[in-house]
Amino acid sequence: MATFHFDLVSPEKLAFSGEVDQVDIPGAEGDFGVLAGHAPVVAAIRPGILTVTTGGRHEKIIVLGGLAEVSEKGLTVLADVATSLDELDRVQFAETIAEMEENLKEHEGTELDQAIERLDHFKSIQHQLNATAMH
Amino acid sequence: MASLKDMRVRIASTKATQKITKAMQMVAASKLRRAQTAAEAARPYADKMSAVISNIASAAVGSPGAPVLLAGTGRDQVHLLLVCTGERGLSGAFNSSIVRLARERALALIAQGKEVKFFCVGRKGYEQLRRQFDKQIVEHMDLRSVRQLGFVNAEEIAKKVLARFDNGEFDVCTLFYSQFKSVIAQIPTAQQVIPLVIEEGGAANTTSYEYEPEEDEILTRLLPRNLAVQIFRALLENNASFYGAQMSAMDNATRNAGEMIRKQTLVYNRTRQAQITKELIEIISGAEAV
Repeated sequence: MATFHFDLVSPEKLAFSGEVDQVDIPGAEGDFGVLAGHAPVVAAIRPGILTVTTGGRHEKIIVLGGLAEVSEKGLTVLADVATSLDELDRVQFAETIAEMEENLKEHEGTELDQAIERLDHFKSIQHQLNATAMH
Repeated sequence: MASLKDMRVRIASTKATQKITKAMQMVAASKLRRAQTAAEAARPYADKMSAVISNIASAAVGSPGAPVLLAGTGRDQVHLLLVCTGERGLSGAFNSSIVRLARERALALIAQGKEVKFFCVGRKGYEQLRRQFDKQIVEHMDLRSVRQLGFVNAEEIAKKVLARFDNGEFDVCTLFYSQFKSVIAQIPTAQQVIPLVIEEGGAANTTSYEYEPEEDEILTRLLPRNLAVQIFRALLENNASFYGAQMSAMDNATRNAGEMIRKQTLVYNRTRQAQITKELIEIISGAEAV
């Protein structure tokens, strides 16, 4: 299977770099998978779980929003925050969600909508995490 | 004339000072390495970000619906100077060279009849600017309690700047920081961040992308984020520059202290010998008199 180059960068570090088979991205307007030879695209990302497939091995990385760019050079994901599943502190993540729920009251109008949307994304990540933990 | 004991005390105190400056130099050297790695780690993100933005923006900049962060408010009456300096001194000319650049810019703008506001990040710059521009400083942020500089710090600053921009408090925002070239060279730099300046030549490699969601929506998401990225980069560059400046300043101080110890020891030995000779003469002449 053809591979392509994938870079995952967050402001603080280069989180992943290498040749991969497939990357599944949680796009703002729906998930999409990228294979070698994908058409050039720039897409916004919602907070979610990004799956990297290399030689039949899956690696899951949590990204909290950002931007994906596919060009002939490969795929680059600019993530606001990128944490691999093993590194994630679940307790802290739950605390973040609780804090966000707490802060909801302070928002108004469109800001409130955005906050709720973001909270939903976070909760769905948590749900997926718990689901995979049970297997 | 100082007594021998006084001189011994003085030499001891200079040696103590030298030990401190030497220790500071070594601490700065090790922190510099970490700061440099952090600055380098942040580079790919910032580079990619500006590449994507210039790609989209070069198309959007002429259109009437371009976001204000890109096109500007159409005026340049009120300028916000975002001055990033260090939290501590003992770093040679690091803080004052940034402040000098900002001050010169401010005075030039005032001379043109513009209004100037300051946003100080870092204690040192705030203290220096307060003397002259106390009333113009609209906000001051301390990063003293921050141990490891994270993106959240930059985001917080960006949020405050954007809130003021949305309130129409200023038209142009310029970022002042020190660019890290090498240990001995840090260049104070002014960079305009609002409205964004698109670098020429970025449009040369225009691949026709598909956008999801629409271009302008991506742009409106990206531009505030880019501000935070630019500030983050400035903070990291500043951090590396600070330790570089401190390292060379402390290296100088250590060398000066060494020189001083050498001179003081010389004077001390001469005085001691003179005194011994004097005492000998006294003894001999006393013996002769008997």
